[in-house]
Formats: sequence, structure tokens, C-alpha cells
Amino acid sequence: MSEKRDITLHINGEDFFVSVEPRRTLVDVIRDDCGQTGTHIGCEHGVCGACTVLVDGEPMRSCLMFAVQADGRRIRTIEGLAKGETLHPMQEAFMKHHALQCGFCTPGFLMLAIGALEKNPDVSDDEIVDILSSNLCRCTGYENIVKAVKAAAAVMKAQA
Amino acid sequence: MKPASFSYHAPRSVSEAVALLAEYAPQDGRVLAGGQSLVPTMAFRMARPAHLIDINGIAELAALTVEGEMLKIGACVRHAAFDSDTVPGATGTLLRKVVHNIAHYPIRTRGTFCGSVANADPASEWCCVMAALDGVAVLQSQRGERRVAAADFYQGVMTTALEEDELLVRCELPVLADDARSGFVEFSRRKGDFAIAMALVVYRLEAGKIVEPRVAVGGAETHARRIPDAEAVLAGAAPNAANFAKAARAAAADCDPMEDINNTADYRRELVCTMVERALERAV
Repeated sequence: MSEKRDITLHINGEDFFVSVEPRRTLVDVIRDDCGQTGTHIGCEHGVCGACTVLVDGEPMRSCLMFAVQADGRRIRTIEGLAKGETLHPMQEAFMKHHALQCGFCTPGFLMLAIGALEKNPDVSDDEIVDILSSNLCRCTGYENIVKAVKAAAAVMKAQA
Repeated sequence: MKPASFSYHAPRSVSEAVALLAEYAPQDGRVLAGGQSLVPTMAFRMARPAHLIDINGIAELAALTVEGEMLKIGACVRHAAFDSDTVPGATGTLLRKVVHNIAHYPIRTRGTFCGSVANADPASEWCCVMAALDGVAVLQSQRGERRVAAADFYQGVMTTALEEDELLVRCELPVLADDARSGFVEFSRRKGDFAIAMALVVYRLEAGKIVEPRVAVGGAETHARRIPDAEAVLAGAAPNAANFAKAARAAAADCDPMEDINNTADYRRELVCTMVERALERAV
């Protein structure tokens, strides 16, 4: 029925050789088989966005993709954001603007915002709100997340 | 929850895919494209396909091209492809207006135009576009190719003319004249939710009068369709508020809306009226 397949996931520049059943979602394999537990699992049906990762640079719901579909593709997760002790500008901005409280949704928001901004650095304020409407946060009321992403957008553009 | 077990097939060509479909469709085999509708249904165990035929690795299905008077949208073209200037002219302008209403950003990077058309949710924006522009669904199987017009393709809620061994390989939309005006409006309770009603209008002006009007309504009935009564009001009329309101009322009167726990038929009919009127007002 569901014979295992050998696949390679490139996560944050590291290769993980894993053997998975086709029914396993990408997020489950990233966490359970590759040990990268920074990506969170929320609703498991594409509504909350907690599991958002970048696949070949595009923000995607990793609960709506099977791991076998990501064979050989470049995946970025929250573990790949900081360079040593230096946080990514988006992480700095989330701290500075109090854009998180419990932190459960934060990995998804970070990957969503970074993926969207890397693709379009000149994103407007309205577009930022539209992009962030993808993910759910039960703590912050979103205002501080919007502020943080706007601030990080300016920093990322200056550094580019 | 987690999806149930299935056998995974990853064809590299359309001929390989339709051969797999012919073999496995009778054993509850399904096509997997963007997966943004199918995979959640599998997570809920509402769908438990025994076989998935993943078409994402078929390079020829990723093409988005204009050939002559037709825009050809391959089965693996993502929603996000329309959020760019890839598609030229008035058709591109229309598709850019529509695409921002589809779900959310990370869904649009993965979900596909053709997947939305094949899934035929009543609230699918692309189904409304196909209906409004008289798009064509191109269906491929080992038995050959069929071209089905949108008006014949949709048969009810999530029900289409697709046979189980057929693959929707592409959709085709006519390239609109450069001076075509289009307007699209939908209403949902929250951003990104399934729309309760939507309207798409397209028309041109000649000597100050509306010509070639197209009015399509989605989300309200079992499937999107053009509303001839509303188009008849607009044909040859001046593009003013009184005529827009009259066409909107004609569309609402012709509608047979679905009911659900939150929306009565009367409420949906009122919404159809408002959506058509706004779409006409915003058509530029």
C-alpha cells in the first residue's frame, strides 16, 4: 500500500536522507525525521499557517505538502534564519516590537514575511496586511506583527 | 489528523499520467496538483484515496502561454502566476483583480488554476472567470482529448464533466480586446474565506454604449454561470448608475441561491444584487 520512499530534503543548507511513507506531510518529516522542531504544527489542514516554510523560496503550508513532493527541493525553516549569534532582521524586529507573546505562531509568521519580502522588497503597507492575513495569532492582535514586518522590511531593503 | 495511507505515483509526462489514471482511477485513484483542497480533506479523512497521481513533476503542464487569441493555462500553473504581468492586456488586468481574492498568499503559491476549476467549489473564483469568459476545459485520457466549454463543464456542487480517467490538462481563456473593461467583487465574512457571493463583469464601450456585456455570478448557486437577463439589460445601454442597478436587480431575480446555516436564499440574492452593481461600478 504505502511503501516507504528514500528522499533527500535540503533543509537550511544541510542534506537529510530519510525514508518516509508517502502519506507523511512535509512538516511531520521536518520535525520527526529531521529533528528540526522549530517549525510548528497547528491545525494540520492549512488554515493557521504555523507550519509555513520556504520551499524553493516560496512560502508554503508544509502540512499541505507531502514530504515525498519535497524530494530534492531547497527548504528554509526558522532554524536557518540566525547567522551564529546574529538574528535575522525580522527576528530582531519581532522582539523589538513585541510581535509575539506565546511564540507558537512565530516561526510561521517569520517564514511567511521573509519569503514575501525577499520576493518583493517594495511591498506596500496594504500588501503587508494582506500577506499577514494568511496566518493566525491568538496573542498579539496582529498590530505589533504588522509593525515589526514594516520595520524589518526597511532594514532588509537597506541591507540588500 | 494525518492523511490515511495511499500509493504514490509521480509521472513525468501527460501520457504516463493518463495511463496511471486509466489503471488506478477505478481503484479510487485521484490526481494531486496543488493539494490545497485535497490534502485538507485527506487530513480530515473525508477523502481516503488509495492512489495519488502527482502531476507536479510534469514539465509540460507548467506552461502559461498566449497562442493567437487564447490564453492557455497548464494544469500546474499556480494562482500566484496571475499576480504578475505575465499575462498581457485586458485579460491580465482581469486575472490580477481576481487573484488577490483567492484564499491567502501561501495557498496561492501552491494551489493551481486548473485544480480550482476541476474541484468546482461553488465559491471558486477561477470557476467564475471560466464561466464569464466562456473558457474551455481541455480533458485528456487514453481515449483521446475532449474540449468542454465552461457552460457544459460545471454540473453542480463540485461536480463536473470530467470522467474518472480524464486529466484536466489545461484551461483556455479568450484574450480580451484591449479596451475591455472588467470588474470583480466578492463578499466573504473574513478575508480569504469562501465567498458567499461574487460577480465578474466584462464589457466594452462603443459610441458611449455598452457592447458585448458579460455578467457572471459565483458563490451563490451550485456553480458559477453567466446571467443572460442581466447582460440583456446592459447591451446597448449607457454605463450609468441607473442601468447598473437595473442589471444587478435582473441578476438577483434570475438567481436560485443555495441556503446554508448562515445564509438564507434571500440574503444571498440581495448580495448578488450588490456584488453585480459594485462590479459594474468598478469596471474600468
